[in-house]
Amino acid sequence: MTALRVVAAIVVALILQSVVARLVGNGQVPVDLVLVSVVSTALLYGRVAGLLGGSLAGLAQDALSGGVLGIGGLANSVVGFFTGMIGTQFIVTQAVPRFLLYTGATAVHAGIYIGLSVLLGLRRFDRAFVEVTIQALANGVVGVLVFEIIDALPGTRQRWRARRERRRKIRFH
Amino acid sequence: MVLSDTRHRTRHLFVAVMVGHILLISTQVNSRSGVPLLQAVLVTGLAETQRAAWAVVGGVRSVWDNYVALRQVHADNQRLQRELDAVRVQLQRERAAAGTSDQFRQLLDLRARLSWKTTGAEVIAGSVTPQFQSIMIDKGADDGVRRDMAVIAPAGVVGRVVVASRRASSVQLIVDRAASASALVERLRVQGIVLGHGDGTLRLEYLPVIANVQAGDLVVTAGLDGVYPKGLVLGHVDRIERGSGSSRVVIIKPAIAFGNLESVLIVLNAASGPPQAEDQVPK
Repeated sequence: MTALRVVAAIVVALILQSVVARLVGNGQVPVDLVLVSVVSTALLYGRVAGLLGGSLAGLAQDALSGGVLGIGGLANSVVGFFTGMIGTQFIVTQAVPRFLLYTGATAVHAGIYIGLSVLLGLRRFDRAFVEVTIQALANGVVGVLVFEIIDALPGTRQRWRARRERRRKIRFH
Repeated sequence: MVLSDTRHRTRHLFVAVMVGHILLISTQVNSRSGVPLLQAVLVTGLAETQRAAWAVVGGVRSVWDNYVALRQVHADNQRLQRELDAVRVQLQRERAAAGTSDQFRQLLDLRARLSWKTTGAEVIAGSVTPQFQSIMIDKGADDGVRRDMAVIAPAGVVGRVVVASRRASSVQLIVDRAASASALVERLRVQGIVLGHGDGTLRLEYLPVIANVQAGDLVVTAGLDGVYPKGLVLGHVDRIERGSGSSRVVIIKPAIAFGNLESVLIVLNAASGPPQAEDQVPK
């Protein structure tokens, strides 16, 4: 069931991203909804879901963009795994920590993606710093909003509490 | 104990996924001849979903445009009628001019060079990642579309096909960071290379030092890259900035407004010369 939810979240994010890019034009959309979905699923379902979800989302992005398969996959997997890890180690329920997590995840993702692309001589990234900063902030805002919506859904708080209890029990087992 | 096992398993999984990705990247960097199977399957599957999603969005937009956003329609109609009348008069003049130029064309035996064959396609989705500037079109390998075919619009160059699945293709826009085309400054007839910059503009590089490029100069394709036929409009020189040392950075404003792009033409058999008159238009 978790796998299905993760896949559904990624597919919805891919479709939304392509529709938003189509509506905005020039392909210059500052927000990466797919990355937001990877971070969100990692926070909700843990590091394995983040790792595999990130892998799937990145591969899909690479394939649909015509880029080298695996670069986006690798960047998203790393981000998904470590975000999931942070989500299980720390309590990330307030807006500010969540915002910082999304912006940090975007920065790490961009670092891996740009680093690999430049290393392999695939793309040029002039003035990447400004773009990444804008994207990190936009992803942060969208990510916080996504969690606000999730929190507003009925039964979410109870599920959060139950999950935290479960994790605590495992830790002290 | 249980926790330790879980952690080890997760670490192993992480390492396995990383190694998998690295292997995947390595195989492609070494040989990028055809489209990988995974890519083709993913593109086909997701393109169909994107097509359906865009149909829904298009429907909603249509309802909005046709029923909700109808304001000042009467005034607009009158204004458009006046414009239409003016265009009709203009069309008469153009027809007369076209007849004359057709005679000249026949006289100069230019028909032999009218050898492009194109097919129309509709844009069904935008880019799925901010790192790439691409669009998805509704024509694929079944329609004769192949990788590296030029994609154009009436105003100029749109980009090139990078992935062609059965019923859809991914097109790298000319403004994408990895896009490039051999170019010609029409006024000076000097050649250079146009590169996408990722910010919606293009850069003209490798120009001769003595070339006196000015703002407003028209830049067209030179037809030397094996993708874009000669003479297609890339854009106009927007401004010239100082680069490092004595170099110049020529910034070009693309001819295409990518945000309004709804249908495009794919050049199926590129050759030098202008396009055929009987191009297929998108439905």
